[in-house]
Amino acid sequence: MIWVDTIVQGVLLGGLYALFAAGLSLVFGIMRLVNLAHGDLIVLAAFVILTMAGALGLHPFVAVLIAAPVMFAVGWLLQTYVLNRVLGDDILPPLLVTFGLSVVIQNGLLEGFSADSQKLSAGPIEAASIKLGPIAVGVMPLLTLVSAIVVIFALNQLFYRTKLGRAFRATSDDAVTAGLMGIRPRNVFAIATGIAMVVATIAALYLGIRANFDPTIGPARLIYAFQAVIIGGLGSLWGTLAGGIVIGVAQGLGAAINPEWQILAGHIAFVLVLLIRPRGLFPRAND
Amino acid sequence: MKNTLTKSVAVLLFVGLALVPVLGTRAMVQDLFMVLTLLILALNWNMLAGFAGLVSVGQQAFVGIGAYAMFAAVILWGLDPLVGIAIGGVAAIVLAVPIAFFTFRLNGAYFAIGTWVAAEIVRLSLAQWKALGGGTGTSLPKGTTKDMFGVDLIKDALDMSSSAASDALTYWLALLLAAVTLVSGYVFLRSRMGLGLQAIRDNAEAARSVGVDPIRLKAAVYLLTAFGTGLCGALLFIQITRVTPDAAFDVVDWTAFVIFITVIGGIGTLPGPVVGVIVFYALQRTLADYGTIYLIVLGLIGIAIMLFARKGLWGIFTAKTGIELLLLRHRAPKRS
Amino acid sequence: MSAPVLTISNLTAHYGDFQALFGVDLTLEQGQALAVIGANGAGKSTLMRAITGILPSPRDAITLNGRAIGHLSAPEVLEAGISMVPEGRKLFPSLSVEENLLIGAHARTGNGYWTLERLYDLFPILRERRHNPGTALSGGQQQMVAIGRALMSNPTVLLCDEISLGLAPVVIRDIYATFPKIRESGASVIVVEQDIGQALRIADHVCCMMEGRITLSGAPTDLSRDAIHNAYFGVSA
Repeated sequence: MIWVDTIVQGVLLGGLYALFAAGLSLVFGIMRLVNLAHGDLIVLAAFVILTMAGALGLHPFVAVLIAAPVMFAVGWLLQTYVLNRVLGDDILPPLLVTFGLSVVIQNGLLEGFSADSQKLSAGPIEAASIKLGPIAVGVMPLLTLVSAIVVIFALNQLFYRTKLGRAFRATSDDAVTAGLMGIRPRNVFAIATGIAMVVATIAALYLGIRANFDPTIGPARLIYAFQAVIIGGLGSLWGTLAGGIVIGVAQGLGAAINPEWQILAGHIAFVLVLLIRPRGLFPRAND
Repeated sequence: MKNTLTKSVAVLLFVGLALVPVLGTRAMVQDLFMVLTLLILALNWNMLAGFAGLVSVGQQAFVGIGAYAMFAAVILWGLDPLVGIAIGGVAAIVLAVPIAFFTFRLNGAYFAIGTWVAAEIVRLSLAQWKALGGGTGTSLPKGTTKDMFGVDLIKDALDMSSSAASDALTYWLALLLAAVTLVSGYVFLRSRMGLGLQAIRDNAEAARSVGVDPIRLKAAVYLLTAFGTGLCGALLFIQITRVTPDAAFDVVDWTAFVIFITVIGGIGTLPGPVVGVIVFYALQRTLADYGTIYLIVLGLIGIAIMLFARKGLWGIFTAKTGIELLLLRHRAPKRS
Repeated sequence: MSAPVLTISNLTAHYGDFQALFGVDLTLEQGQALAVIGANGAGKSTLMRAITGILPSPRDAITLNGRAIGHLSAPEVLEAGISMVPEGRKLFPSLSVEENLLIGAHARTGNGYWTLERLYDLFPILRERRHNPGTALSGGQQQMVAIGRALMSNPTVLLCDEISLGLAPVVIRDIYATFPKIRESGASVIVVEQDIGQALRIADHVCCMMEGRITLSGAPTDLSRDAIHNAYFGVSA
């Protein structure tokens, strides 16, 4: 029974990792850009929620409604004024710019908020749990997984059912020809990064409620997110969810054996999947 | 003509730097040691990212393994630290084989994070090595550095304390390693293989069609730079004398700084890391007291360089003056 | 003849140090079908890239219904009323046939002649295959999608770059057979071709390009085979 419990908790944790990863997956799918600052942007979003909640006396679930548009704007501005200028065949400039950004955000947050651990306080819901058969499941972890599924479902609908999603896919296929259709690739990219930051804000909400956070934890979140994306297969959002769950379960199992092995077990699962299926579990056909 | 001049200046500079332990203060030696080791790391990373197009953010794996191998050699096997340095380099190249096997499957941008994950795996694994202190790390036994081969000789010859002599020894090794890295990088880039590498960077398809195998060439560069980085890691931790997984595999100290040095100086140019390390040192001296501000400034400069002057300060300099030191391409024969 | 829809005057274009167009002049009348012919490398595609804004041009070198559009970007040129069927078709592989058509209407604001229904009437085979990926179609069908996609923006001017390239003669004939209907919708047409035969059959006017210049211009009926031959190959017969 303990194993079933461990796996269930791992699956729930995977929901959080999928939320970390969904924005990264979206941005990579559309503009082949790997944002090394993604983890730090999630942490930035957590601090935005914290500040909103503190200043306006709001519950985090309400504060996130204000933080999300703020982060959309951050993503939009970042893409328009910085990242669009470095996109191209050479992968070096975008990598180095986002790496620089990661360092700037991390240290900017350290300067503004100090290295102290913070937490978003959501009240009694944090400790609440429900019985699923013989297993007690925390309401917050369950809510995280459900949110991940909803977010990924919504992103898929956006991608395959809307005019904007059509423009995303067309631009991803061929930006020059998309221009001939009246699509402005740079605008499309800016909107995509804005949406990725909204997803990052949702991820930040659960990150901040479920555990302590401080300005330095961004890079580790980036690594989990990246592993989820690669395990799932580039360009597949449902694959990203599966990837997050694989990492979550592996970490859970590792921790059950020895608490020191939690993170290592996730990394090893990642390496194993990559050795067996180099293109991930659900690779996109035309990539 | 110009090349001869460059070479003479370089030799003079080398001799001047070599005399610092004799003529300068011990603080100068220790400062310059850190500068030289950063230069070695930057030269290696520049070769990797700037010339081979392999943007690794996981070079701390090789610094760390070099340091740990050296500690193991000294503490577990009772070897001289200098032998430990060589073992550190070898350990790094051995580690680089499986890491390359795994990360080379990831393409382009994802390679970067893949190398980072690899470094994390090595860090977390070494934290399980209880004989070397596990997660909390360990120190070199007292007196180890003073008993290093050659320390006595230097102490007597220059009439200094044994700790100053050990500083001088590690300093000279760093200077030597930096010089060897720089010169061999230059020679390599002008060789057939090096020109092939630059051809790949400019146009992979065309390079392949004239018989350059990009994967093998890149793998060779990856292994060699791992070796250089491992040697440097071992050397660094002789001076630091205490190793912990977090310090040995620190992404900021051993990779972020190194990336900024290279980017600011001029990525993909041979003198870039040299220029970068000088600027970095100057910035560090003026801003060190401000801690996080210093890193923010570095990050912003790095971003600005990538946006406005991709070949860094050295690129700006050559564009403005037309002077090119250490020319990498063979000059085309002049048409009459 | 009515007023010109599109006027190109003294247009030059460069790729780095290489000059690809040398003072090209051209006018397209309302409702006209103009064929631009020339050998490979004559500058036809460069001309198309300049008109559509992929390649930047001087502001006044290109005017559409009296409005200077030379300086506009590709999306702005499309919004101004010029759309293109690009060489090589360039369908979006991630999009279905119908989505490829719909994306042609991305920038469209009002109603216009062309709708999905009208396109499916023009190319009935596309109705059957509308849910297939665009790239799963035969070359001729893909070309129909590319033409339909360009029409969905209801262009004033439709540019067709090498639409017969790589297609069987019978397929080319079928595609050109739809041009009268396309012109009925009010679009003026420029077709760029290396394959002179088909182009001349539908064109009211023909321009011949060689080495970045227009070397011959006139109604197909007025020009002798020899004159076209000379302008095309640059040799006296």
